[in-house]
Amino acid sequence: MPKYMFIMRTTAEALEASKDLDFEEIINAMGAYNESMVTAGVMAGGDGLTDAKEGFVVDFSADKPVITDGPYGEVHELFNGFWIVDVSSREEAAEWASRAPLGPGSKLEVRRITDESDFADFADNEYIEKEKEWRAAGL
Amino acid sequence: MARGRPVTDVTRTVDAIWRIESRRIVGALARMTGDLGLAEDLAQEAVADALVQWPESGVPDNPGAWLTAVAKRKAIDGWRRRERLDERYRAIAHDLEEAVDDSPELIHDDALRLIFTACHPVLGPEAQVALTLRVVGGLSTEELARLFLVPVPTMQQRIVRAKKTLTAARVPFEAPAPTQWAARLSTVLGVIYLVFSEGYSATSGDRLIRTDLAREALRLGRALAGLLPREPEVHGLVALMELQSSRFRARVADDGSAILLDDQDRSRWDAAHIRRGREALARADALGQGRASYSLQAAIAEAHAVAPSVDETDWERIVVLYEALGRLNPNPVVELNRAIAVSKAVDPEAGLQIVDTIARDDALRGSYLLPSVRGELLAQLGRIEEARSEFTTAVRLVTNEQQRAVLVAKLERLAPLS
Repeated sequence: MPKYMFIMRTTAEALEASKDLDFEEIINAMGAYNESMVTAGVMAGGDGLTDAKEGFVVDFSADKPVITDGPYGEVHELFNGFWIVDVSSREEAAEWASRAPLGPGSKLEVRRITDESDFADFADNEYIEKEKEWRAAGL
Repeated sequence: MARGRPVTDVTRTVDAIWRIESRRIVGALARMTGDLGLAEDLAQEAVADALVQWPESGVPDNPGAWLTAVAKRKAIDGWRRRERLDERYRAIAHDLEEAVDDSPELIHDDALRLIFTACHPVLGPEAQVALTLRVVGGLSTEELARLFLVPVPTMQQRIVRAKKTLTAARVPFEAPAPTQWAARLSTVLGVIYLVFSEGYSATSGDRLIRTDLAREALRLGRALAGLLPREPEVHGLVALMELQSSRFRARVADDGSAILLDDQDRSRWDAAHIRRGREALARADALGQGRASYSLQAAIAEAHAVAPSVDETDWERIVVLYEALGRLNPNPVVELNRAIAVSKAVDPEAGLQIVDTIARDDALRGSYLLPSVRGELLAQLGRIEEARSEFTTAVRLVTNEQQRAVLVAKLERLAPLS
């Protein structure tokens, strides 16, 4: 079964507007959504992210990496959380994603997570081998 | 209003929705009709309608509610039409016309009733497995046929018979009474582990491991843990399946043959599975009710999972765990595994004594396991001729081709006849 990541992206305006909402209601809606995926046996991980203002960006455009405070680029959409689901198909991933309790200004980008088979052509590569060892060691 | 997405392949979308919604749809219908078999029939008819209508109308906003509503209408129509003909429909409860109650508690309870009914003891293991994967796991009949390597009509028949049996035995759609709870939960866990074991050590097909089947079992186990978080053995079973899954990649050689634990490349064990397995075992332990069968087996798997090599394995701990397991479930296979652990923790002679006791009890007659282990221990003790004789017996008794190859290799590795 493939794993997918649901990347939550929300416009700065929608995020600002959500601060007026009852936070407990949001927690309850998210909790019910997460619970439905747990009891379906598909939830494989996920976390929310703190305010993008607390973060920083390392930019590789110049000769040396440049660190700037705050969120990435021109802020249209902020990445503010993710889920990892272990599902049977792309269609099932789409079904679960469309059930997230999100509103206008929010999007979920759904991406399949690579596994060993995606690197099958490079099975002999030293770092692909090392990566297996790192994973085995729990790193 | 239809959802704005391309209806390129409605069958795949319907399959995905059935995956997610089967429990809720069949659960609600079974509660209304009191008959799981009838509920599944009605849900199937609704799915058939969706396959016809959705390509035209688009997928409805709430496809699960749509399917439930259509199935419910069919129940009412059927009841009116066949009231005098089919006594099954008389069982439909009077509140059928009432709105579907969607409270989380009810959905939760329906899901549990569904699992317990699909795993009801009036059904044989094959029927329990097929029905559970169909209505609880949400697999299509085609997927089930593919997973169990049988033709689609065979799988259809299996499910039809299972439903008929439930109806004939008038199995109520309910969770077991407190006095039956432990035994019935144990049956449910047994059904899930049976699916996993068939995947882990396939008895049919040309592959040694059928990952797809094992993963469905893991998904069912995680789902049950979400529904029954206070049952230690549910977490124990999840832990055991996760820890065993961690060895999938290392258990099969490139040519498809089996690699024994001692010879596995441990760097190929899957750390994510090991981590999740250990977490699940910790959840079982945290409930403070002690370790029962699945938790003990998981703890044994954990002892292997954390050991860097065979020699650095905590064999004394494994011996103690097998002793506890043997006391809970006296079983010659567990005893044989204890003998292997004792042979590593103490010496091969001590292990051989246990094996000889099992042999005297004649408990494993006809199985290749006993001569295989006895041969191994005799070889370690340098009693080559006796070892050769045991391995020869084991080769004669074994049925799985991959396992036979392992035994033949062991026979060939013994020192030549003097």
